[in-house]
Amino acid sequence: MSDTAVSDAVPLPPTLAAMLALAAGTFLLRLAGPALRARYTLPERAEKLLEVSAVLLLAALATTSALTEDQAFTGPARPLGVLAGGVLAWRRAPFLAVVLAAAGTTALLRLAGVP
Amino acid sequence: MRSLARTLENRLLRDIVLVCLAVGVIGLSYGAVAVTSGFAWWFPALTGVLVLAASSEFLFVGIIAAGGSPIAALLAGLLVNARHLPFGLAVHDVLGRGRRGVLGTHLMNDETVVFALAQDEPERKRAAYWLCGLGILICWPVGAALGALLGSAVRDTDALGLDAMFPAVILALILPALQDRPLRRTALAAAALALTVTPFLPAGLPVLLALAALPLFTLRTRKKATP
Repeated sequence: MSDTAVSDAVPLPPTLAAMLALAAGTFLLRLAGPALRARYTLPERAEKLLEVSAVLLLAALATTSALTEDQAFTGPARPLGVLAGGVLAWRRAPFLAVVLAAAGTTALLRLAGVP
Repeated sequence: MRSLARTLENRLLRDIVLVCLAVGVIGLSYGAVAVTSGFAWWFPALTGVLVLAASSEFLFVGIIAAGGSPIAALLAGLLVNARHLPFGLAVHDVLGRGRRGVLGTHLMNDETVVFALAQDEPERKRAAYWLCGLGILICWPVGAALGALLGSAVRDTDALGLDAMFPAVILALILPALQDRPLRRTALAAAALALTVTPFLPAGLPVLLALAALPLFTLRTRKKATP
């Protein structure tokens, strides 16, 4: 990333404080779901919809992190690697093969000059 | 730990170990990126333990490294982690109570949630969640620390294609759930929606907006349910 970084300057106290706040805030976000559930019981239908919601979030996360970086297209190397992993996963290949195929395909494409 | 492992059969156990190892490798690239951006070696390891949410940590470090303010990095990180609220609603029954519940809650992340959701029985859900969670609690910070120490050796993480691993891991984990046709179609719509708004919204928001596709699922399944 940055070549001008000063290694002893980061993390400055504000950065450290922000990181601790991120840790605390993230814990509260994790806690909010179970805390809400302790107060209210939900019908079975709503339970199913919550599970579906989690899958939708993950599908969106996988797609956006496969195709975009800093709000723009990553270039084809990464999504093609993810696609290779996805095809293997779909064919029920072992998990390690899926992960290595994804990284390997992307690495080879980049070696060949594909961004 | 042993009794957790005994509840799960070998194939699932192996998958969990491999996911943890993959997370460790992603941690390696995270540590390397953080150090080459000018952070001290212990910073990625510490955030790994305390925040324990990969994408928000990458984002946080990236924003600071690009000269952004700590407040901006904090808000972006929280936004990316907002999906843990609906996650918590979905997996509330595996977290445990009291002091154990605090750790159980902290272990909530993309991978542990998928493993929990993929199991049918409550006991297996709990075992898969905890085993994967504890594994990631170890592998992620250790990977980050090693990556930071080896920072110069793995400097160009892009060349190794490590950035393709995280999406591939998530994709492989949700594929079984996507065999359900209404769910698959809804998930495709959700992904397309998130992708469409990504250029216009800050990181984290597009993924949350994907939930707007949920009515598609209710429409499709309700039609089937009515005789």
